[in-house]
Amino acid sequence: MRLVVSYLCGLVFGAGLVIGGMTQPAKVVGFLDIAGHWDPSLAMVMIGAIAAYAVAYRLITRLPAPAFAESFAMPQRSDIDAKLVGGAALFGIGWGLSGFCPGPAVTSIAAGSLAAPAFVLAMVAGMLVYARVAESSAAAGNIESETAAKIVLEADA
Amino acid sequence: MENFTPVASLIGGLLIGTSAAALLALNGSIAGISGIVAGALGRPSGARVWRLLFIAGLMSAGVIASFAAPKSMEIAIDRSLGVFIAAGLLVGFGTRMGNGCTSGHGICGISRGSMRSLLATITFMATGAATVYLVNHLLAGKQ
Repeated sequence: MRLVVSYLCGLVFGAGLVIGGMTQPAKVVGFLDIAGHWDPSLAMVMIGAIAAYAVAYRLITRLPAPAFAESFAMPQRSDIDAKLVGGAALFGIGWGLSGFCPGPAVTSIAAGSLAAPAFVLAMVAGMLVYARVAESSAAAGNIESETAAKIVLEADA
Repeated sequence: MENFTPVASLIGGLLIGTSAAALLALNGSIAGISGIVAGALGRPSGARVWRLLFIAGLMSAGVIASFAAPKSMEIAIDRSLGVFIAAGLLVGFGTRMGNGCTSGHGICGISRGSMRSLLATITFMATGAATVYLVNHLLAGKQ
């Protein structure tokens, strides 16, 4: 059941991206192009998504447990560090260059363009490079590297 | 603002939020796409399968849309393949370093009231806008 839910949630999430216009990089760049023909559509997507999720979140977290899992896998961190800001800054540069963030790019993999699968392959490579970098710096800092790599790949959002 | 699609985008956003909420209520998981992709790359385990199926769901939506509404899947942006590849590397590296992307930080994190996610979202929107300004206006010499 858990796996059926996963597939259907992916399908609905992808449908939301498509209907919201987010699988058109030109619209996303239009949102980021404040000095050009500004297209605020992305802000409407975020307002809709945050409104729905914020209300649901407050109800869901009152439940003792999710329906098909033992517990909620909630991100626990609340510290602000340079990695958070630096990583987000790099992500934003790539986002602005292409108009793709991970969700819309993955949704577009098999939709006919070459740009989306090329972007996703490069994105996966970038993730693996970061995991490798974090692993080696953790090893240098005497933290067990396997643990560090696991944190890198499986930590929160 | 001639390209603004407020109603469709709001509906799309509501669907995204509803899907993310369902994933939390039913499976207990956060719908952060960069985290799901990274988790799907990890060592073979049961935790990989649901992520791969979520990804398959996303891709199915894109395939259906490419037949039902081809315009909704148009790239319509003047960038070379090399730029998409460079952008992909930055997005992959950056989302792991910063632990999230538009969905994990921008939607799920902000909804939870996470300061980390709010700061990350402000940061990637700022560097995204700066990049677009550089590419579309300073380098292209448009307007």
